[in-house]
Amino acid sequence: MEFLELLINALIAGILLGGFFAALSIGLSICFGLLDAVNIAHPTIIVGAAFCTFLLNDLLGIDPIVAGLILTPVFFLFGMGIYSLYYQFFERQSAEALRGLAFFFGLLFIAEVVMIMIFGVDHRLVSAPYIGESFTAVVTGMTFSVPYRLLAAFVIAGLMTLGISYYLSSSYFGRATSAVHQDMMALSLMGADPVMIKRIAFALGLATCGLAGALMIIVIPIEPAVGRFFIGNVFAIVVLGGLGSIPGTLVGALILGIAESLVSTFFGPSWAPAVSFGILLGVLAFKPTGLFGTGDTR
Amino acid sequence: MAEALLKVDSVTKNFGGFTALSEVTTEVKAGERFGLIGPNGSGKTTLINCISGTLTNDGGSIIFDGQDLQGMKAHVRTAAGITRTFQIPRPFHSMTIIDNLKIPLEFVSASGRAQTEIRDEAMSILETMGMAEKADEETSGLTQIELRKLELARAIAAKPKLLISDEAMAGLTGNEVDEVTQILINFNEQGMTIIMIEHIMRAVMQFSQRVICLDAGQLIAEGTPDIIQKDKGVERAYLGV
Amino acid sequence: MLQRYRFEIGCVVALLACFLITQVELNRFYYFAGFAILQYVLISTAWNILGGYGGYINFGTAGFLGLGTYVAIAMIQWYGAGIIEQIIVAGALAGLLGLGIGYITLRLKGVYFAIATLAIAIVLETFVNNWDYVGGAAGVSILPPRTPELLGITIVDRKGGGIFYNNKEWLFFLMGALAIASVWIARTIEFGKLGRGLNAIKDNEEAAECMGVPTLKLKLIATVISGALMGVAGAVFPSYLTFVDPPTAFNLEFAVNSLAMPMIGGTFTWIGPVVGSILLGTVQQVAIVTISSEINLLIIGLLLVIFVTIAPHGIVGWFMKKNK
Repeated sequence: MEFLELLINALIAGILLGGFFAALSIGLSICFGLLDAVNIAHPTIIVGAAFCTFLLNDLLGIDPIVAGLILTPVFFLFGMGIYSLYYQFFERQSAEALRGLAFFFGLLFIAEVVMIMIFGVDHRLVSAPYIGESFTAVVTGMTFSVPYRLLAAFVIAGLMTLGISYYLSSSYFGRATSAVHQDMMALSLMGADPVMIKRIAFALGLATCGLAGALMIIVIPIEPAVGRFFIGNVFAIVVLGGLGSIPGTLVGALILGIAESLVSTFFGPSWAPAVSFGILLGVLAFKPTGLFGTGDTR
Repeated sequence: MAEALLKVDSVTKNFGGFTALSEVTTEVKAGERFGLIGPNGSGKTTLINCISGTLTNDGGSIIFDGQDLQGMKAHVRTAAGITRTFQIPRPFHSMTIIDNLKIPLEFVSASGRAQTEIRDEAMSILETMGMAEKADEETSGLTQIELRKLELARAIAAKPKLLISDEAMAGLTGNEVDEVTQILINFNEQGMTIIMIEHIMRAVMQFSQRVICLDAGQLIAEGTPDIIQKDKGVERAYLGV
Repeated sequence: MLQRYRFEIGCVVALLACFLITQVELNRFYYFAGFAILQYVLISTAWNILGGYGGYINFGTAGFLGLGTYVAIAMIQWYGAGIIEQIIVAGALAGLLGLGIGYITLRLKGVYFAIATLAIAIVLETFVNNWDYVGGAAGVSILPPRTPELLGITIVDRKGGGIFYNNKEWLFFLMGALAIASVWIARTIEFGKLGRGLNAIKDNEEAAECMGVPTLKLKLIATVISGALMGVAGAVFPSYLTFVDPPTAFNLEFAVNSLAMPMIGGTFTWIGPVVGSILLGTVQQVAIVTISSEINLLIIGLLLVIFVTIAPHGIVGWFMKKNK
């Protein structure tokens, strides 16, 4: 009975965590999966957004979710800028893709150091009515407990990821983005500017960081280096779901969320970081195209 | 001449739901000059990728020199005697021209020999291409025809039994096309079997002893250049009617 | 004759210089700074064997290094192993880690290897945090032997009976010898068949494979050598620091520096990482003391981004006219 209670609680927490992970990964899925821009700074940019949320909440008393919505267009513009740089120095010169990786790694490091210089290494929190309390229910003698903060993050993450997923699969822009992935030439023939489409898609990927950052600080206390702990998660999710597949990313996020939650519950939270790495290596070893991937991995 | 060097038997290749090659069967005889034509997207490059080992065919078999190539890596196939050039030249851009040639020499055809011997060997290949004076230059300064010649020279340095030339003449002038064709004919006369993939019909028809035509992943015609040029199916494939 | 063995003579001179420095009384800070710089020569040279010659980026330097550090700690805890044994076993296991990760990911596009290495440090740190035998999350203190011996010769004796007066001097010299050895290995690879094959892979992997280069095999060899040397660099750490905790051993700074130093120096030749680590290492040692360690890290990050975008062939590239 006690085991069952633990298990069900772990599964519920895992699904909620999966929703949060989906919010962290969907932007990377666009940049990496659809545009081949391997933005390893993605989680760190999310932490940046989390600190912006902290400032808006701490100084102006704005609700973190509202703050995330305010930040989204700001990060969209930021993404336009970063992509312009990336395009100028790497894509246009068809430089080795790996040099682009070093570029994003440099960005990751700079962002982290700047945050340490501004905010120090202390953990920061935000306050909102739904943070701190838990929803508790007793069913057939078992106690189930769901923190409202996870619930809030799950709802917002779900709305955002499903919205983007729907938009990319049904709009002209979404189809153009997958065309950019498959055939640049055909797209120019259709009269669309592939570079512009890529820039907007990349910016959309970074725009998700705005809201994802707000969700991050709702879910956990943050410090500048916390992004590193999510690098394994977001890449494991995108690779597990399959490059180029946004729905795959959502499924991958749920799987990883549940897996991490189970490991935390039954083996202790200190083992959680090993889960994503295990999944990442497992997928690369046995099915590198992921669950729903179409791209080639060689 | 009768012995088949390469046997392609019902080779199939799919990309996701798209069938790039559908049960292609053909043979290339030892010492033959073999032409491979077909409109864009007909599967020519996919076929030679499967033969050279950069792609793995999903069905069928490829036998080279009596050896089944299934599961054999590309570099092992190169050592076994199949070398290909790339449609868009892919020189090793951080190396000099002669160093480009030294790679296949060192790893395949002259493996284990002294550096001075390897250099001499590379020089003599460059000489047959008329590129000896460029030996120590970087690849970045090369003209279109020189890049094409380097691509061929590097492939020849692997001393292949079968050379696959993937559109070695795209973007060249009429005289240059003749020059490259003559180079290939010279190597064929020394005993090298050559598959030429080409869009320039004049070159491929002049060069080949036998030609096959692919369309939408299927083999639609096979025969001497004369027969192919009169084939209605080939005409339809190219004109798209 | 002298011309031909210029490099080898240079190595011997450098080794002698390292030894002489340990025999003169210097401010402790210089040994500390010198050790750090020599360690960076070793680490960035190791990184460059795969990253510079083969074009495969390893973000996991901190993981390989930390593995070496904790293998050494485990061996000290287990039976008080000597430093040379620690170095050999740490190198072997770090090489094995490279082989494992490489075998899974090097068959795929280059980014997959890079991504897999990103997470190594975090995962190994997780394991160490959960492993109390080597101190767990709290860290561990190491008591170096008072008078270590090697082949019957007393290496360190405070009373003057050994070659060195204290452990720090001995480890400074040892690190110097390891760094010089790594440069020698890197240069040998560069001018050999392995180096030429790796270069072909970097330029165009598919073309290299089609020209007969056994690409997977060469990449694996390079990953193993590179990883092993990083493990070696880590193995000296516990004896040198005498207190190690996971955040020190798995510090992201190692990953950044091991990447930034070759990129800034120039990745295409063995001199690049050496120049990069001596230059950047010195600047860092000065910056940490005179400004602040955060500003110092910011400088590295900015230099990395600037060089990667504008001068991909690094400082050495300027002298060899590679930066167009």
